[in-house]
Amino acid sequence: MAQVSMTVNGKAVSGEVEGRTLLVEFLRTGLGLTGTHVGCDTSQCGACVVHIDGESVKACTVFAAAADGAEITTIEGMANADGTLSVLQQAFQDHHGLQCGFCTPGMVMSAADLLKTNPSPTEHEIRDWLEGNICRCTGYHNIVKAIQAAAATMSGQAQAAE
Amino acid sequence: MYAFDYLKPSTLDDAAAALAREDAQAISGGQTLIPTLKARLAQPSALVDLTGIAEMRGIAVADGTVTIGGATCHAAVAGSAEIRAAFPALCDLAGRIGDPQVRNRGTIGGSVANNDPSACYPAAVLGTGATVVTNSREIPADEYFQGMFTTALEEGEIVTALRFPVPQKAAYAKFVQPASRFALTGVFVAKYSGGVRVAVTGASEKGVFRWAEAEAALSTEFSEGSLAGLSVPADGMIGDIHGSPDYRAHLVGVMTRRAVAAAG
Repeated sequence: MAQVSMTVNGKAVSGEVEGRTLLVEFLRTGLGLTGTHVGCDTSQCGACVVHIDGESVKACTVFAAAADGAEITTIEGMANADGTLSVLQQAFQDHHGLQCGFCTPGMVMSAADLLKTNPSPTEHEIRDWLEGNICRCTGYHNIVKAIQAAAATMSGQAQAAE
Repeated sequence: MYAFDYLKPSTLDDAAAALAREDAQAISGGQTLIPTLKARLAQPSALVDLTGIAEMRGIAVADGTVTIGGATCHAAVAGSAEIRAAFPALCDLAGRIGDPQVRNRGTIGGSVANNDPSACYPAAVLGTGATVVTNSREIPADEYFQGMFTTALEEGEIVTALRFPVPQKAAYAKFVQPASRFALTGVFVAKYSGGVRVAVTGASEKGVFRWAEAEAALSTEFSEGSLAGLSVPADGMIGDIHGSPDYRAHLVGVMTRRAVAAAG
């Protein structure tokens, strides 16, 4: 067992892990942050996407020990400070970008990474980016619409702030 | 997964010492190795994480050579403005590996050390005649790849960097296997003043290989037309649920023509 320390959603946390403990296990079982889901556990489906130092990764395919010292953001860290949904989360609700909701945490985390580097992606770029996130309910259409809407809202907010 | 010790050295010497331990295994981005461990297809005593070694990260473009540290992730290569200015085909290849999350973790050194027969990077390394730099020597691409999952690496040897000679023009054409996002067949074509190199991944049971006839034809005239009538035999091609040996042999021709067209 080894001690790991990291910052998760802005809070310093630490815990004992085995070498083989996956980051997603540490988040869910160790920290009780069960918003990050395990879908396939084979690096395919993207339900477990979190951010490590701002970049989206599949938490089922990273060891907790490899994230020692890193800054992690999970879906629990995505809402606004007052507890209301962030623009991106609200857009998923407004555009019915989910049905069962199982893939949604990964979709939101993946989309947030896309919008950070590409604030106004085309439909093609969004679909291409979501290659590693599988949804069996929606057919992706409303997920893409939600991300497009979030991008438009965010760029409007950015312009208003200028 | 079976249990193992996880070690993250910060120097190459410490990594080499850790890898000297019996049944120790190097890990870089882990995007292939972690699924392999989950399936209990490997049982290392220790995993030695190479991503904490500063000298194994980074990109340098100088004097007609692109040098990429072994622990540099695919996303960093895909997004490098420096590489794109000199050798855009390499960025395009890196940007189509797996998916965005895999590209944020998976590394060039890991891909080349693993030498999966359907991986993309081996095609670029062999297709450019790149140099595989390790912690003990430099290995030319033509000597490095020795068959499916087999390379010239010795036990415990670490791929520290790849050095690519910048071609006059190049392109990678990938026919993606959509479930795995590996290449069902991929062809890397690169034109140098001394001739053209053509490397094929995903097709052969022997892993990445050079297509000598296409190289000769394209070296005479770099055009799709000069490939007319050329084909590779289906013998020795991979046959699986996704495609027969005949199908892959056919794809080699198609993807080579597409790569030449894309290179312009």
